[in-house]
Amino acid sequence: MERFITKENLTRLAEELAATHRVLAPVATCGTVTFRRFQPGMALDLHSRMAAVSPKAATFPQTETLLTVKSEIPEKKPVITETLPQGKSVVIGCRPCGARGKLIFNPVYETDTTKDPYFILRRDNTVFVSLACDRPETTCFCHSVGSGPADPDGSDVLLTLVGDGYVARSVTEAGEEILKSALFADAGAKGKEADAKNEKAREMMGEAHDYVSAPAKLLARFDDLDFWAAQSAKCISCGACTYMCPTCYCFNITDDDQGLESRRIRTWDNCMSHTFTLEGSGHNPRPTKAHRLKNRIGHKFSYYPDLHGGVMACCGCGRCIKQCPAGVDIRQIVKAAQEYSE
Amino acid sequence: MNANPYLPDMATIVEVIQETHNIKTFRVVINNEERMKAFTFRPGQVGQLSVFGAGESTFVINSSPTRKDYLQFSVMRVGEVTSRLHQLQPGDQIGVRAPLGNSFPLEDLKGKNIVFIGGGIGMAPLRTLFTYMLDNRKDYKDITLLYGARSPADLTYKAELPEWTSRKDVNTVLTIDNPSDGWEHKVGLIPNVLLEINPKPKNTVAITCGPPIMIKFTLQALKKLGFEDENILTTLEKRMKCGVGICGRCNIGTKYVCMDGPVFTYAQLKELPSEL
Repeated sequence: MERFITKENLTRLAEELAATHRVLAPVATCGTVTFRRFQPGMALDLHSRMAAVSPKAATFPQTETLLTVKSEIPEKKPVITETLPQGKSVVIGCRPCGARGKLIFNPVYETDTTKDPYFILRRDNTVFVSLACDRPETTCFCHSVGSGPADPDGSDVLLTLVGDGYVARSVTEAGEEILKSALFADAGAKGKEADAKNEKAREMMGEAHDYVSAPAKLLARFDDLDFWAAQSAKCISCGACTYMCPTCYCFNITDDDQGLESRRIRTWDNCMSHTFTLEGSGHNPRPTKAHRLKNRIGHKFSYYPDLHGGVMACCGCGRCIKQCPAGVDIRQIVKAAQEYSE
Repeated sequence: MNANPYLPDMATIVEVIQETHNIKTFRVVINNEERMKAFTFRPGQVGQLSVFGAGESTFVINSSPTRKDYLQFSVMRVGEVTSRLHQLQPGDQIGVRAPLGNSFPLEDLKGKNIVFIGGGIGMAPLRTLFTYMLDNRKDYKDITLLYGARSPADLTYKAELPEWTSRKDVNTVLTIDNPSDGWEHKVGLIPNVLLEINPKPKNTVAITCGPPIMIKFTLQALKKLGFEDENILTTLEKRMKCGVGICGRCNIGTKYVCMDGPVFTYAQLKELPSEL
């Protein structure tokens, strides 16, 4: 389905949806655009810049309670309660890369034998209304990881800015439902204009880098700690790259003890931290940042594609490059491994 | 396991055995009778024990599936969860998520000579298979158990050692690192005692677990004795959280110790990137 919606009406759509959904939208706060819970009266900020943090939290919150455990006195028998996510959400105005990030979770969080009910419920109850990018930033490389500035994969509705509004195309049935709102109008000839804009944006990205050789080439450098020490020299192990990343799905599970009640919580974890793999004995299989960066990049461009049909665990959004305080560029590291000659 | 892989079964500690100054063995029974009755696992599989408020940690189920009165876990006190576990008494409640991971290749071991080589707490994962084999003794040829610890006080499963050393159908050799008063068994490091026992590699599978340094020299000794890589089994340990291949910390390259392991042959280990 193809429709058109004015900028003004998109805000009204967000207001309407907010009555029945948790609406997350990009909001500029203190110069940084992040996804916030949208409330009627707020202004949507779709265009100033790509949100610093991806909309990953919509389907994989930074912190979520998995279980609560209540101890009943005097029997002291703890009662466990699953705290499965409730309700429906809509993300409005994320970029295609941010919506696509969650697809990387799918083959890990939902297999024949194991199903992560928290992620699955959130994923299935969240609608992504994405905005196609009209120009790349210098850190963007979605076209090199099998995507593009108007990639519909992972989105339910894809918007393209045309004139004073957006051409809106449904990608899924859930997206089609959204487009049934009376706030949308007939797109008329604007669809062609949208195609031209999307095509232009793709052309502006230039030639794509070919990552096909990356899995084998990265594995070939596994024992070359000098290579990884050089690549990670600038890294300060802050983990910004992991937290900003739409596809980083590793987590920690800890207990929050509140006396007779405790919560088992899941939080985003950071593989660049020393404690990520630190064992009780004091042994650490990844003792230096070189080991840890090797695993992070290996996971995205070698292990994951090896396990999941060649798909890179990266959506090319470039947040890890842009947000890195030390200027570590994942593209340069993978390229260095690909171009390495003995 | 529950449909929600993070949801533990509530279980009751029925017995606590003080094995050494910092190792306790816990025998636990899942509260739901039907689930306890239906609980099945294979030797080598692990479980996550929860102390609510402190967290969860991974331990091998070291009882045998042939003895189903309880599930047994041996816990060395090293961190937050294990310290809290050590405070628990019979009757106390814990959470159990099990079974997790792969297991020893039971079918391939039938009709083979078996050499167990365990060091310290590394005896725990061997105990499950060793007990299983004792209960199915006719399926296996010669069984040797070499079990070593720093000192007599550091040996776990002391209550079972008299049976293990007196049985005629197994050759049990105990060793400690340094001489000790009243010690009637071997003195010497495990790899050296292994060379002394000199097991023949023909139709034999060696199964080893222990501290990394012991494993390293035991593997060298086994190679010296002529064991093929395919006939050496070990079981790995990594920091784990989910235990079901999602949380992303126990991987060695593409392999996840919680799903593809913890049991690996030496041949498989050699194929993995070197990140133990």
